[in-house]
Amino acid sequence: MKKLLTAISVALFVGVTATPAIAGPAEDANAFREYFKKRFPDIPFDDYINGVYAVNAGAREQWMAIEEFPPYQIAIDEGKKLFGTPFKNGQTYGSCFSNNGVGVADEYPMFDSKRGEVVTLELAINECRVKNGEEPLPWSKGKIASILAYMAFTTRGKKIDIKVPDDKALAAYEDGKRFYYARRGQLNMSCAHCHVDNAGNNLRANTLSPALGHASHWPVYRSSWGDMGTLHRRFQGCNEQVRAKAFKPQGKEYRDLEYFLTYMSNGLTWNGPGARE
Amino acid sequence: MRKPASIFATSTGAVLLLGSAFLTPVVAAEATLAETGKAVAEDRTKGNCFACHDYPGAVLPGNVGPKLMNMKARFPDKAKLRAQIYDATKNNPNTIMPPFGKHRILTDKELDAVVEWVLTL
Repeated sequence: MKKLLTAISVALFVGVTATPAIAGPAEDANAFREYFKKRFPDIPFDDYINGVYAVNAGAREQWMAIEEFPPYQIAIDEGKKLFGTPFKNGQTYGSCFSNNGVGVADEYPMFDSKRGEVVTLELAINECRVKNGEEPLPWSKGKIASILAYMAFTTRGKKIDIKVPDDKALAAYEDGKRFYYARRGQLNMSCAHCHVDNAGNNLRANTLSPALGHASHWPVYRSSWGDMGTLHRRFQGCNEQVRAKAFKPQGKEYRDLEYFLTYMSNGLTWNGPGARE
Repeated sequence: MRKPASIFATSTGAVLLLGSAFLTPVVAAEATLAETGKAVAEDRTKGNCFACHDYPGAVLPGNVGPKLMNMKARFPDKAKLRAQIYDATKNNPNTIMPPFGKHRILTDKELDAVVEWVLTL
């Protein structure tokens, strides 16, 4: 265990010192895009929102057939119904969001400077419930995923434009970035090892999806789950696959990670909900 | 009666006995260890080598790591091969390859067996 911790702290240290003082989020995002442009010269920037299907033509064909009758449609319908159903006090979800909650999922994840933390759409949904005297929903699947699916669907077509407004926001962004590049787990891998360095390569028969565009299409109906899940559910799965202990959904670690990862996709189009293998 | 019994009880003893029967003790011993290594290598909870490496006979292999071939020529020094599997970050700090020995993904015995198997490729 001590060795593991040492390995992680060394990775963290390297991550910090490897960042030149002048580089900020905008430079990072630009370097990210340039890296993928070099790695996949034939893939148009806008196609990265399609994840692994941007880099694997065979899988793309199957996926397009699935999209004819999307498995997430039921969730959108259920989400719309839940979203429009008043709480016991007569208020609705819409009262907690701008534009009555329609087409505004792109405002999240956002850094709330007053609170000094990243607020995700899941967090905003559950805080809306609690404010109106309801119990919060479980974080990773089920009803919350359906509400997310409806809100994402009404936001389709808008551009990802995450902001880092101040120094506290920058600190959250840097924490997310450090998480992304830090080795973890018994298998000693970082997120970037698979989804940056080896994007497009095969792990056994599975193609590794590129990190660029990873945040555009949530929640996702994942065939291997058999239902809808959130981005943080996927983070947990990835962490467990490298034999690391997963963090709690909507804890600071994953909210900061989502903040960094979504910022990296700035300029791409929101296209949630999605369907994946 | 005690002595033969203790010979049967150890695997070394069993191999020696087999070896004397077939008159090829060294080859028989190595084949057994390499076979054990192959089983460890192809166990998804252990080596899981084909997740990343192709090699002759690998089923649906990945292509994250280099193809395993001519391994005896590439690693004339067995200790170097073992060290590479034990902790590949020593040679390449940014490698994706898990440190199979350092992180106790494999036991020392399993590691030795995998080394023997890799050298047959």
